Amino acid sequence: MNFRTFAAFVGPSVFMMLLFIAFPLVSVFKQSFYITQPVYETVEVETCTPGFLTQTCVTELKSQPKLDEHGEVITRTEYVGLQSYRNVLEPERAWRAITEGNWSVLSTINFWKALRFTLTFTLITLPLVIGFGLGIAVLINNAAGSIRGPVIFISLLPFIITPVIGALSINWLFRGDGILTALLEWWLNRDIALFAQAWTIEILMMFYRVWHVAPFAAVVFYAGLQTVNQDSLESAVIDGATRWQRMKYIVIPHLMPLIIFVSMIHLMDAYRVFEEIVGFSSQAYVISLQWLTFDFLVPDQAGNRSISRASASAMLTMIGIVLLLILPLRRTWRDHKGGH
Amino acid sequence: MKLKTILMAGAMAIAASGASAACSYENEVPLKSLSAGFEAWKAVTDAMAECGNFSASLDQEFREKQPEAFAANPSLYQIGGVSNATLVPLLNAGTIRPLDDLVEKYGQNLLPNQLIKVDGKTMAIAFMVNAQHLMYRNDVLADLGIEEPKTYGEIIDAAAKIKEAGVMDYPIGGTFKTGWNLGQEFVNMYLGEGGAFFGDGNMPAINNAQGVAALETLKAMTDYMDPEYLVSDSTYVQQQFQQGKIAMANLWASRAAAMNDEAESQVVGKVTMASAPMGSSVPATTVWWDGIVLASNMSDEEADAAFRLVMEGIDAEMVGANNDTAVWLSTAYTPGELAAGAAASAEGGAKPYPASGPMGIMHTSLGNGLADYLTGAKDAQTALADIEADYITAAKEAGLISN
Repeated sequence: MNFRTFAAFVGPSVFMMLLFIAFPLVSVFKQSFYITQPVYETVEVETCTPGFLTQTCVTELKSQPKLDEHGEVITRTEYVGLQSYRNVLEPERAWRAITEGNWSVLSTINFWKALRFTLTFTLITLPLVIGFGLGIAVLINNAAGSIRGPVIFISLLPFIITPVIGALSINWLFRGDGILTALLEWWLNRDIALFAQAWTIEILMMFYRVWHVAPFAAVVFYAGLQTVNQDSLESAVIDGATRWQRMKYIVIPHLMPLIIFVSMIHLMDAYRVFEEIVGFSSQAYVISLQWLTFDFLVPDQAGNRSISRASASAMLTMIGIVLLLILPLRRTWRDHKGGH
Repeated sequence: MKLKTILMAGAMAIAASGASAACSYENEVPLKSLSAGFEAWKAVTDAMAECGNFSASLDQEFREKQPEAFAANPSLYQIGGVSNATLVPLLNAGTIRPLDDLVEKYGQNLLPNQLIKVDGKTMAIAFMVNAQHLMYRNDVLADLGIEEPKTYGEIIDAAAKIKEAGVMDYPIGGTFKTGWNLGQEFVNMYLGEGGAFFGDGNMPAINNAQGVAALETLKAMTDYMDPEYLVSDSTYVQQQFQQGKIAMANLWASRAAAMNDEAESQVVGKVTMASAPMGSSVPATTVWWDGIVLASNMSDEEADAAFRLVMEGIDAEMVGANNDTAVWLSTAYTPGELAAGAAASAEGGAKPYPASGPMGIMHTSLGNGLADYLTGAKDAQTALADIEADYITAAKEAGLISN
């Protein structure tokens, strides 16, 4: 393919990526070093609000943003260096907690609390997703041709459900006296409150994520299973290899590039865990890094939002993903070089 | 056949909309409104729609959209629905207009206390008030010979008796969901104790005896609440009441009508509305209002038409038809038993919600920071100190505290 044709094909995609990914990223990066705030003045204001029969009027000092001659709020933007990052990371408090060996204090600082859960969530669900994905793929592969279609359809169902809806369904099944909690209570004959402590919520979240993502892994692995060299498998059978040995020495090495691919996708997705937090409304016990960014960004009822901290937190999340991806990426890189 | 049915239905709808015009005039100017979506707003906007050329957006996320929508020129909505808190960003940005001339022209039927005045100028028209107040199961309390609780101490005693008698496992309900709801619970308690949120220069001032007292009361209540209280919002508490699972809760007046909704409730007529429990100084609740504002960025003709339409929407006819939906501010409103709780709280001296820019940040910090105390991760003073630190960080970023 000559360069012109190549450029014509790739151009639109590169343009879109620049416009919708690269530029926003640069803008977020820049915003994390600046703070933009309205210029306030303190004025004495009398405010009257309704009581039942009469009005209640109070006169008090209030901070009001100054408006320019067009009625726009005057803002000023200031370079603050790493201040927003410090505000998110709270390094002094975190360091004090670490030096005192006081983990419970560290886990009450938002960022570290979120990081702890995000990492646990990502690293525990990863092997489960790979394991279940592989299991389902082998199951489909061994299913008789006549039922293979329905089996694929059923195992794909969880993946099709919109994440927030899926999380909400699990929430409703287990919340309060939800059907499944009621069933558990009847079975174990004791009162169960699954949303009253962190660990049960975390288990439910991981269960939900594995249930939701394993079908994706399964489909990828199932495709890979179709290309396993049948001759090697047959010779292994003749050599007396057990089913497990065939799996371990022939199938898994063959699927390794796909396993790494699925791991990388899952690491990226799981590190941005968000739907579970919202769906389970677990903010009291469990928060994630992505949720923290969202929380900074949501305006409170008076319209204030922390854009600079949100930017800093978003950049930190990205750095986290890059760090996590270095290991699998290095491996692919090595394999790639070895192949030539 | 099918097509015919559809055509018929269409024709009927047109005929109906022509006939139902209970509106006293025909609105010629296209108008739009953006407001919250609860029952009272539905009643008001339905009444406005009868005049024609009007479309309402009832949106639970309205507070995130309103500031931007009203800052556009021309404004995306002519009419906005606000409460004491959501008025603040619009007021700060200067995107709503004074209504004094319009009140003079069309507002003959307004009560003086409906006019929300800021620095002498009418900036909003309130049409209802809302407050959290005590609701309790009169049958359960009467069976055990318990008097109507007046303070949180008495509520906790009553809860202990109910639990001991084996009537209910968790007699108290509460809107303790982390975030806005939990923040609001603290605001109620703290004002009830007579506390003030800010010192000079918007500096926080909640780490004090009143703050600790408020926290301790909240914690004492959780002993008698369903252990999943940190995910329980107003709707959940309402359902717990309706299903007979709880006996007492400090719940919004706007939820009172649901207790007697025979389609949903198993406790019709068994829930009494009483004043919010007394704190050390005033009832531990805050009075809120809901009302209407008009955008600055529109022509005066539009503003004229919009105000006239609003007056039609909140007229005596609408209030009469929806008397029990809310605690209306109107001459046509007859306060029934359902409004008794809100009225008694106000008579007891309950304060209005102290809405302001700094308060918005404080409410968020409280809502996010209190759970650590209730779950036992922090003691009261540490929790309050951490909330103050969080507030200062956010307030500095917002420019409300100078560095």
